[in-house]
Amino acid sequence: MAKVILTPTQTPTLFLEAENITPDVFAGKNAAEIAALHGFVGKTTVTLGDYFTVEGAGGQTAADTTVVINGDVSRVKYIGMKMSAGELIVNGNADMYVGGWMTGGRLTVNGDIEAFAGLGMTGGELIVNGNAGNYLGAAYRGDWRGMQGGEIRVSGNAGSDVGTFMRGGTIVVGGNIDVHVGTHMEGGTIIVKGDAKSRVGGQMVKGTIYVYGDIDVMMPGFQYRNDADLEVDGDNGRFALYEGDMGERHPKRKGEVIYGQLYMKY
Amino acid sequence: MAKIVTDVVCPFCGTLCDDLEVALSDDGEEILEVYNACAIGAAKFLHSQAKDRLTRPRMKQEDGSWKEVTYDEAADYTANLLVDAKKPLMYGWSSTNCTAQSTGSEIGEEVGACMDNTATVCHGSTLIAVQDVGVPSATLGEIANRADRVVFWGCNPAHAHPRHMSRYSIYPRGFFTGKGSKSRKMIVVDPRNTDTAKMADVHVQLEQGRDYELLSAIRVAIRGEKLPDVVAGIPKEQIYEIADTLKSGRFTAIFFGMGVTHSLGKNHNIDIAIMVTRDLNDYTKAAIVAMRGHYNVTGSGQVWGWEFGFPFCLDLTRGFARYNPGDSSSNDLLIRDEVDAVFVLGSDPGAHFPVGSVKKIAKLPSVCIDPHITPTSAVSKLHVPVAFVGVEVGGCAYRMDNVPIETRKVVEPPEGMLTDDEFLQLVLTRVRELKGAA
Repeated sequence: MAKVILTPTQTPTLFLEAENITPDVFAGKNAAEIAALHGFVGKTTVTLGDYFTVEGAGGQTAADTTVVINGDVSRVKYIGMKMSAGELIVNGNADMYVGGWMTGGRLTVNGDIEAFAGLGMTGGELIVNGNAGNYLGAAYRGDWRGMQGGEIRVSGNAGSDVGTFMRGGTIVVGGNIDVHVGTHMEGGTIIVKGDAKSRVGGQMVKGTIYVYGDIDVMMPGFQYRNDADLEVDGDNGRFALYEGDMGERHPKRKGEVIYGQLYMKY
Repeated sequence: MAKIVTDVVCPFCGTLCDDLEVALSDDGEEILEVYNACAIGAAKFLHSQAKDRLTRPRMKQEDGSWKEVTYDEAADYTANLLVDAKKPLMYGWSSTNCTAQSTGSEIGEEVGACMDNTATVCHGSTLIAVQDVGVPSATLGEIANRADRVVFWGCNPAHAHPRHMSRYSIYPRGFFTGKGSKSRKMIVVDPRNTDTAKMADVHVQLEQGRDYELLSAIRVAIRGEKLPDVVAGIPKEQIYEIADTLKSGRFTAIFFGMGVTHSLGKNHNIDIAIMVTRDLNDYTKAAIVAMRGHYNVTGSGQVWGWEFGFPFCLDLTRGFARYNPGDSSSNDLLIRDEVDAVFVLGSDPGAHFPVGSVKKIAKLPSVCIDPHITPTSAVSKLHVPVAFVGVEVGGCAYRMDNVPIETRKVVEPPEGMLTDDEFLQLVLTRVRELKGAA
């Protein structure tokens, strides 16, 4: 597998918008061609070479290209946006829109990321060994389609509005989560291994949320159904099943109303 | 005998009262009194008459003192600031007319600016919610004539929109509301016992920051589903009763303000309030209206809506409009050091923004275009006083229910003073010269 190594040489004075940092764009290009790819700082057009040293070259296709960023890119937006295959590894913190609208491949961040990561994502894996910000796997403003497929795995905490308008795929948060989890959710799975604050599953239509820790304030539209012994993401445990949101519309399948499911671990 | 100008439109809040009368001196040059207006509106007219008012632009010197400059020098400084910056922020736009807003958009497009209006710290969350789920709304005239259930949620019109209740929502005797306030049931939802809450038939004193839960509970109650015993500090019996009251009316109007748009959850609170309104339409007619603050913040959203497709938080840096509050919103841009110049017109972020943002404005090249001396003008490098829109120059403004109303000119501005639009035209011409030369 061909490897491209980017090493940051300077911190952007404002923010660098670098949606070209993906295996898809790097595929078939040598180091010089990659360094000449454009990015934006405000209204000025810059090149990746202005901010990174580039080593190696892309493979023939995205699938056989690995991109490694060695260093802090916490002032760089859109890393791995719309990537469809291959691998991207960030050894450092990254800013907003990491893996936004990604459709495949594997994106790993060994550090913290900011808001809007995995926005509207439809496939692939987004792994964050650190904390994530708000709107993880959510929908872009005004879109009714949040995350639709793939997997997001965050080892630390996540912010608010995780999985808003989510329709498929899986989000696993190892730590705690802020308010508004799976708001307007229409499918998919969210697993929170720590505590949640409030507004879990508000306006939820379908889909499943697991919370291992506590929820400070439950939504009033969730009703207790039964207890169940389950294996969730490799963990066994006894869960209480709540269904809701009773205030929201719900579809019928084979004559039965389908609700959103919220499992709370004992 | 004073000369009376009638049907004057008040350029203060989003209620945009259009029945003011202004008494002028015999020569028609000075405003003596303002009739029909609330205390805030009258003060705005009379404040324009202040003898110590600034009438020329002034530039801050290195020692902190101010030096008077000409409008041409001010336009040159402003144009250079905007052209030189990689990512200028052009904020405000809510206390001016639509013509000036439109000229401002032309400048923003030329210089690739981030443009934002006061909705960003006000009803921007409402605009996000409306984009997410739509909105069943009505004009204030329709509400005055029809509404028999009026809800004020997280707003205090008795102080913030003083004539709202007398003109539109509670007291007017309309076509189907002939008994005025007696034909209406007034519900106020507010954790505080405000002066509006004291007037209500029902005051729902919920726990602070639990609006989303209570609105959700009302949706559950409307559908006749089971509720927990207490939600947001309100017993379930009262929640079922509120749901019945709202369903049983002929026309329910919900008004909401900062108490929900900028408390925990923000756009989600409005999102679910809109869904309550939609649910109520299964039983009766219901509408929801935002209590917009500045008299033409709605117009700013309208102008940008038709010019760029988005009502606030515009990022034009790449030559096309992008929009994502949280990324392209003024406070995020300032706090994260994403902008390198600040232009403010028709708003006072110095008073409204968190101190962290204001400190950033103070450090950056900045210009403030405002008739008044404000906390923003105090931290800006250049202050350009202009004529008062709605007092010294007319122009279109949009009321909180999105109805456009043409404001009126009542008196002449002090000699030699420019209007917002005239100054912006100077800046636009200079920007085009600079860009042509580059």
